Amino acid sequence: MADWFQDNGLLLGLALLDGLSSAGLIFLVAVGLNLVFGVLRIVNVAHGSLYAIGAYSAASIGLFAASLGVPAWASLPILLLSAALVGAIVGPLIERFLLRRIYAQEEVVQLLVTFALFMILEDVQKLVWGVQPIHHDQAMKLLGTIDVPFAGDFIPFTNYQLFVLPGIAVVTLVGLAWFLRRTLTGRVIVAVTTDREAATAMGIDASKIFLLTFTFGSMLAALGGALSSPTAALVPGIGAQTIVLSFAVVATAGLGQIEGAALTSLMMGLGRSIAVYFEPELEVVVPYIIMVLVLLVRPQGLFGVTETRRV
Amino acid sequence: MTDTFSRREVLAAGFGAVMLPATLSAQPAARPAEFKIGVTTFLSGPASVFGVPSRRACEMLVDQINAAGGIAGVPVRPIFVDEGPGTDHLVGEIRRLVQSEGVHALFQSISSGSCLACTPLSRELSKVNLLWDCGTQRIFEEGRWDYAFRTQGYATPEVLAPLLYLLRTKPDIRTVAVINQDYAWGRDSWEIWKTAMDALKPGVRVVAEMFPRFGSTDFSTEITRLLALRPDVVYSTSWGGELVTFIRQATERRLHERTTFVLPVAEASLQILGRSMPEGHIIGARGDHWNNHPAPRDPAAFNAFVNAYRQRFNEYPIYPCHHMAQAVWALKAAVEKAVAAKSGGWPSDAELAAAFRGLTFPTPTSTITLREDGQGLEDQIVGTSSFNPNFPFAVPKDMRLYPAAQVSAPVGQKSTDWLKTLTPALIQSAGQSI
Repeated sequence: MADWFQDNGLLLGLALLDGLSSAGLIFLVAVGLNLVFGVLRIVNVAHGSLYAIGAYSAASIGLFAASLGVPAWASLPILLLSAALVGAIVGPLIERFLLRRIYAQEEVVQLLVTFALFMILEDVQKLVWGVQPIHHDQAMKLLGTIDVPFAGDFIPFTNYQLFVLPGIAVVTLVGLAWFLRRTLTGRVIVAVTTDREAATAMGIDASKIFLLTFTFGSMLAALGGALSSPTAALVPGIGAQTIVLSFAVVATAGLGQIEGAALTSLMMGLGRSIAVYFEPELEVVVPYIIMVLVLLVRPQGLFGVTETRRV
Repeated sequence: MTDTFSRREVLAAGFGAVMLPATLSAQPAARPAEFKIGVTTFLSGPASVFGVPSRRACEMLVDQINAAGGIAGVPVRPIFVDEGPGTDHLVGEIRRLVQSEGVHALFQSISSGSCLACTPLSRELSKVNLLWDCGTQRIFEEGRWDYAFRTQGYATPEVLAPLLYLLRTKPDIRTVAVINQDYAWGRDSWEIWKTAMDALKPGVRVVAEMFPRFGSTDFSTEITRLLALRPDVVYSTSWGGELVTFIRQATERRLHERTTFVLPVAEASLQILGRSMPEGHIIGARGDHWNNHPAPRDPAAFNAFVNAYRQRFNEYPIYPCHHMAQAVWALKAAVEKAVAAKSGGWPSDAELAAAFRGLTFPTPTSTITLREDGQGLEDQIVGTSSFNPNFPFAVPKDMRLYPAAQVSAPVGQKSTDWLKTLTPALIQSAGQSI
């Protein structure tokens, strides 16, 4: 084992750096999904569409701003603004006009409705943005690269992926934990998550909390998409790829658990990047191996709590 | 009341039932009011980056043909079907197109998986089936099809030509890494490359084989590994958004300064990449239809096609557009040949299929011949990425044209067996500068 680390320790270090940025993006999307499920108790398949729309909108707004001569430094705030806009506009529309009608329905109906919405929004994306890849990498180029020493050589990393993505993920995690535990609105959300009936009986307007939470979850999905847009070419189907991994994170973390989502995202991000170095064939399945192993030991997820089934 | 039949009546009815289809098929085919083509292509999912432009090219050419009086006087109508939902769905759609829509010919498909699943239906349905874009070598190497023909090249020449170009222009390479999409094309095209490379330049070491999940949007980890390994060559047959993402992430981190990219299907992504595509790397187009082709067979026809497409859709046509056009032109040539063979009469399905075998039809850049096994012979042009003032995106320079016959497995031989017989002498003898 010691010999292995001596031979591969440096490579492992590189894999850790790669894994951090990957984990950051996974976390942003998965934590929104987790939050929505925790409060609304709806498995929202259309969460992937919000990620995609966030990414496309950020690229479009960024390209438009660049064409107007907006300075390059504004490209990063534009990403955040785009995500907020998408979440604030699309989120309430979906919650008010669709989800509100199916809260009392069976889970399978809820799943079908959000899946249908996902399919509709996929076509909407193609109508609006076409099918050719779109990209706008001003934010990534703006921040440049940093050379990381490696075995007498150096490996260039982009500052955007090495610092911005993990940094925003950490800020989101800390901010979300503070919001949920230290503010009145956050505590109300936690109350509804813990026991919706009791919270409603105590006078909490669950309807308002649902709207607020879904909008916030939508913003997080759109933020994940917006932050991915400087590094990825956007094509039809990116939402589907994201939602599958997000579900794996949510199931592994435990439903409604933000710290669990952070830890699981980190495990999956690092697991995938380590696999690319040492066993590339396993890269695709590593997240699901982690999920299966965790659920075998803790069926309720890493941080989930066992619930008594109400009859 | 009960009806009874005599033995003679029963025999006559049975005989009639058996003979009727044969009698009908022997009847001369009636000239249709319109010639319907069932076209399968990706209209959804990541591969719609190929499917939608190809549909546009088909619609544009059909409009042009119909404005000029149709094919042999019959107007053409395409009916498009999405490959996106998968092969099971597509098999059902092919049957529907033939049995319910009454199409006269099928154009299928982009995905090799679609072609492998649907080509056997051409025999069952006795309907001409033109494979217009899929590249798998297995179709015509593992089966014989009376109604199926491929109106373009295929994986073997499309991979072998860039390899020959690489070994001629950079003969000292010692290490190579691959990063391909994890599906049939990614795996098959690597097997072809590896087999040919072992025969043409034994001793080249493969330092990394990476097949990221199909649809990946981040290659940071793979790029870090390639930066650390410093292979002489990075080979990738990826396409669409994945190739664009890989090249942008790789160039941002200066991987292109440490290695030579060999990208056999880069042409379709160069417009999107724009100035992000680095110069000095090897690029292919799955054919010979580069926008800066220095000597097309019919320059006026080539410019007319490119300009008409640009005018209508505000972008340059990419290789799936040319492949779709080749299928349309092959169909036109075959129908006219079959009609002429019947002195103006309309051909049956079998007669139309027979007209395709050995057919040579012109394209704006060259001519394509359909061999006796149904495989089309399409020349390959490979070059080095560069910029010139005529295009806002990279185009090839130092181009070499590889005639299809030099880089295709002979009829009756499997590509993997044939590639093992190649010798290093082919590196110098194959192709010509243009």
